[in-house]
Amino acid sequence: MNLLLPSTASSSSSLSPSALFPCYSHGFSSSSFKFSKKESRCTRKAKRTEITAKFELKPPPYPLNALEPIMSQETLEYHWGKHHRTYVDNLNRQIDGTDLDGNSLEDTVVISYNKGDILPAFNNAAQAWNHDFFWESMKPGGGGKPSGDLLKLIERDFGSFEKFLDEFKTAASTQFGSGWAWLAYKESRLDVGNAVNPLRSDEDNKLVVVKTPNAVNPLVWNYYHPLLTIDIWEHAYFIDFQNGCRNYISVFMDKLVSWEAVSLRLEQAKARIMEREEEAERKRREEEEKPTISKATPELWTQNE
Amino acid sequence: MAARALLSRRTLASVLRNDAKPLRVGFAAAAAATHSRRGLHVYTLPDLDYDYGALEPVISGEIMQLHHQKHHQTYITNYNKALEQLQSSIAKPDSSAVVKLQSAIKFNGGGHINHSIFWKNLAPAREGGGEPPKGSLGWAIDTHFGSFEALIQKVNAEGAALQGSGWVWLGLDKELKRLVVETTPNQDPLVTKGPNLVPLLGIDVWEHAYYLQYKNVRPDYLKNIWKVINWKYASEVYEKESS
Repeated sequence: MNLLLPSTASSSSSLSPSALFPCYSHGFSSSSFKFSKKESRCTRKAKRTEITAKFELKPPPYPLNALEPIMSQETLEYHWGKHHRTYVDNLNRQIDGTDLDGNSLEDTVVISYNKGDILPAFNNAAQAWNHDFFWESMKPGGGGKPSGDLLKLIERDFGSFEKFLDEFKTAASTQFGSGWAWLAYKESRLDVGNAVNPLRSDEDNKLVVVKTPNAVNPLVWNYYHPLLTIDIWEHAYFIDFQNGCRNYISVFMDKLVSWEAVSLRLEQAKARIMEREEEAERKRREEEEKPTISKATPELWTQNE
Repeated sequence: MAARALLSRRTLASVLRNDAKPLRVGFAAAAAATHSRRGLHVYTLPDLDYDYGALEPVISGEIMQLHHQKHHQTYITNYNKALEQLQSSIAKPDSSAVVKLQSAIKFNGGGHINHSIFWKNLAPAREGGGEPPKGSLGWAIDTHFGSFEALIQKVNAEGAALQGSGWVWLGLDKELKRLVVETTPNQDPLVTKGPNLVPLLGIDVWEHAYYLQYKNVRPDYLKNIWKVINWKYASEVYEKESS
């Protein structure tokens, strides 16, 4: 399943790989990252009286015609009103009454990814999450250039904003089939349970461009924090651009990206990383304060043998 | 080169007329002339045996034209480029470049192979499209799947369930001498699922194959496409490969 591994887009190649791959291949609020859950909703069957929580289809944070003429109302009507809705409906049906029921959407994505051995609900959960994230990655009158911290990090990690643009567009246009391209903030971590980098610093966290096939997103790899995405399933652009996928990707970057959303996500990612570290530090200290119990247990066990 | 130039002009003219009549004579001449100076075969877009609008209402003329002239052509263009780069990488020699080209060759070469089969798998209803297979393939389908209807149901179910882009196939396993239904992701040709598999019928379930007409309802596209499936072609391949 190497398709499911992160593939960092390479932009430096004498072969110019992008030439060989045709690519066929959203206002904003900080609380809107996670799918809101309806507090309660009766199930359809009149006989049943138990109340189950359901994910609901959240509308894009702008009217469906707000991205015209770049992304038409017709595209949004199908893409949000049909495709996105189907993912959410199917997900609700799939998890109803299972162990997955009751989790946040983000947790459902990670749990159902199941370390690459995906459970049936994964495609719908991840696609539901991806589309929310996509709508919020755009805004009417978007595009241009980011500023502040985000721009500084882009320049630090890609060399310049233009180089970042090249890398992002290359990743998007070299997708072999349906999928997504992402800008993500990658935490510098050793992915080993009992190892700690003693000299870790904020400087080690990097912005990276990745692409993912079908429904996969960077949430499923530990320590990747998605900041921006473009949908490169053909249904995202076929009505407006037909086979003009490269054109779609260019216009998306020039006219639709909400850099405010991306900046806000970066701040949230940093805050989440800090929280996680403080939590890990707290746990470590707790462990150190009670060392005797864990030593005693194996001895007792041996004696019982 | 003269033949190629002539073909280009004729293709262009037919595009402008928006009817694109088959160019069999021109194509044959062009095929003979499609070798580059270094002896590398240059692939060209195969003609269709029917007009773009001939499969309506099942598949619209607009879809057929885009799909053939734009999508298939792009796979061919990029396949030719990749092969040219492969040749020079081998000549250098640059092993890492050779290895790096494999994915582009599989994708674009696969796109060319799959679409070439797909066009053959289709025929207008008035030219026999949709008529169930007779003879040995018809028997084999009954034997392996229970009935023709059961096969259709299986292909439709697997095609609808395929995540993202790809193909659903009816193939012949030459070694086990049995029919199989398989799916392949993206532009992977059937042979990637097993070296003994021969494609008899491939249905493109990339969104570009149906989106302008069927939008998000892939099952409707799959349900309808059987009305224009050319079973004569599948039967010929089956008879040739199973004998």
